[in-house]
Amino acid sequence: MNKTVLIFRHEFLHTIKRTSFIIVILALPVLALLGIGIFHIVSGVTRPPTEVTKIGYVDKAGGFNQLTTQGNITLVRFDTPEGATQALIKKDIAEYFIIPADFISTGIISRYTTQRELTPSAATTAVVKNFISSNLLAGKVPTTTITRVEAPLNLVTTTLTSTGTVASEQGGFGNLIIPAIFGGMLALALVLTSTYVLQSLGEEKENRLMEILLSSVSTRQLLTGKVLGLGAAALAQVIVWVASIPLLLNLASSSIGGFFSTIQIPVSLLVLGVVYFILGYLLFAVLSAGVAAVSPTVREAQGLASIYTLLPIAPFWFLSLLLLVPNSPIWIVLSIFPFTAPVLVMLRLGLTGVPVWQLAVSIAVLVLSIIGGLLLAAKLLRTYILMYGKRPGIGEIIRNLRAR
Amino acid sequence: MPTVEVNHIVKSYADKIVVDDLSFSVPQNEIFGLIGPNGAGKTTTIRMMMDIIKPDSGDITILGEKLTEASKNRLGYLPEERGLYRKLTVMDSIIYLASLKGMDSRSAREKADKLLSQTGMLPHGRKKIDELSKGMGQIIQFIVTIIHDPELIILDEPFSGLDPVNTELLKNLIIDLRNQGKAVVLSTHQMNQVEELCDRILMIDNGRNVLYGNPKEIRSKYRSNSVILDFEGELGQVLGVTEKRAHKGYVELVLDANTTPKQVLERLASTGIVINRFEVATPSMNEIFLKVAGKNYE
Repeated sequence: MNKTVLIFRHEFLHTIKRTSFIIVILALPVLALLGIGIFHIVSGVTRPPTEVTKIGYVDKAGGFNQLTTQGNITLVRFDTPEGATQALIKKDIAEYFIIPADFISTGIISRYTTQRELTPSAATTAVVKNFISSNLLAGKVPTTTITRVEAPLNLVTTTLTSTGTVASEQGGFGNLIIPAIFGGMLALALVLTSTYVLQSLGEEKENRLMEILLSSVSTRQLLTGKVLGLGAAALAQVIVWVASIPLLLNLASSSIGGFFSTIQIPVSLLVLGVVYFILGYLLFAVLSAGVAAVSPTVREAQGLASIYTLLPIAPFWFLSLLLLVPNSPIWIVLSIFPFTAPVLVMLRLGLTGVPVWQLAVSIAVLVLSIIGGLLLAAKLLRTYILMYGKRPGIGEIIRNLRAR
Repeated sequence: MPTVEVNHIVKSYADKIVVDDLSFSVPQNEIFGLIGPNGAGKTTTIRMMMDIIKPDSGDITILGEKLTEASKNRLGYLPEERGLYRKLTVMDSIIYLASLKGMDSRSAREKADKLLSQTGMLPHGRKKIDELSKGMGQIIQFIVTIIHDPELIILDEPFSGLDPVNTELLKNLIIDLRNQGKAVVLSTHQMNQVEELCDRILMIDNGRNVLYGNPKEIRSKYRSNSVILDFEGELGQVLGVTEKRAHKGYVELVLDANTTPKQVLERLASTGIVINRFEVATPSMNEIFLKVAGKNYE
């Protein structure tokens, strides 16, 4: 059997048997299930009660007697504040409010409740607001106008293409979800695989196996087999996560009002997702190989890696800015910068259209970085993999690379 | 055709020449000792033979050709800096590393069983490397080096860290390999091993060849004109002896240029003393090593 294939198989099997790998692969679906479970519990607790809630009111301005039943909330009229207070104490009503005689000029409504709360609930506010506006307008404008005042607009947006036809991708939060999930998984996979490459090469260096391996295989075979084997393990991890998404969405959508059922995954997004995963992984893998080559221990290698493994996660830190201005020049530059490109492009694809030229330049820069990184990593491996002890400084590395 | 042919190799790092115009050859059926003090350039020479690092100039041929990926399967290498996968079992480690030498897993397992049994390590086959002692780990590393039946075996400081029992075991295994017709290159600074094992040696110092040849011939070359005598009685003046050097348990008699050991023995016998031991004094490899290395460091 080809030696690269042997190393590939060894790395893949060795990695998927690691306890840390199994924990991480199960962690995401388990956490999602936990999240859905918590959502179910919380939504069950906060679900509006089915029994009728009574809210009292005292009408000192006069004429407020319409729309006293809204959903399962009934407004009960009291003649005096004392009567309303007694009913509140006896728990006949949940709360009450007073419409003062000068309400029209002041707009003040006084509300009384026995509950300590930060703000009135959205349901109470809506009921009182609709009750006031409905009674103020009753008899003066048609009923349909009153309804429109209560709910002034229902904004429906249609995105058109440059030729004026309706675009196949209509955007919106629904379309951001999948790229955001892809981006998140991609960032996680890049961080994890960088760790796998570091661990694998670092352990072989630390355990003094490198020279034994290099007496059987070339640096190229070792690097290729290792990067592909660990990449396959990472891909298996992502596949398990992706495969668990439909199941999780099913569980989630039953409680999140079918929101997820409206989500469509465009083929272009899937293709770009796979392309960016492979390119992103290769870039971080060769970089990790180089870092492992110059580091005497796994721990030191991981310390160095913590600097660049922050980069794929970085776009998530500025997500709110990205949502506001998805086409800012800074995002365009970072979509081309190879270390942030994979995750950032995924997120931007969900937010807005990414021009083809940006995708082409971004992919080209990634490919060139991988080739450059591979040459550098192979050179670092040959130079430093057999050097043990102190980690060389940047100046020394540059001098040694130039000398060879 | 020699198994190893090294011609005028030079290697330098920055301004320091580590290996300086070194040439040697190793035929089949020979244990060849590569000896020298620490930092002499032994490991660098071996790494160039293994194509792990490239010489600045000079040629190396292994098994009649420049080392290729295919010819790597025909040699076994035990480096000075060595280890194994700590979390793998002994058997899994051996099978994986043997597979990288072109063995299929079935033959690797069969051969591993045989070698483990031969070295008394069979009961440890299912243990993780982590659970073994350092000496046991060394034996497993040696098994990994020879499992694929290589034609050339390169051993860099194979006895370091081994107890006397395992040292003896390893020595016998190395002699067996030579008797099977293999070429063995043995790099060591332990001179007693060189005297016992090596058919020829190359001593290097500061990257240069300082001694090359058969240990017996070298010892003979470095022989001083003296004899060792262990006796009972009174030793007076002996004709031809210029100096008597007393050592613990024996006396070294330095002879003049016109006297042979045989003549001295005859003269000693005629004095009536009881001779328990008489031998021509040849320096040990250790003494030659110290003499040559020391001279160059002065």
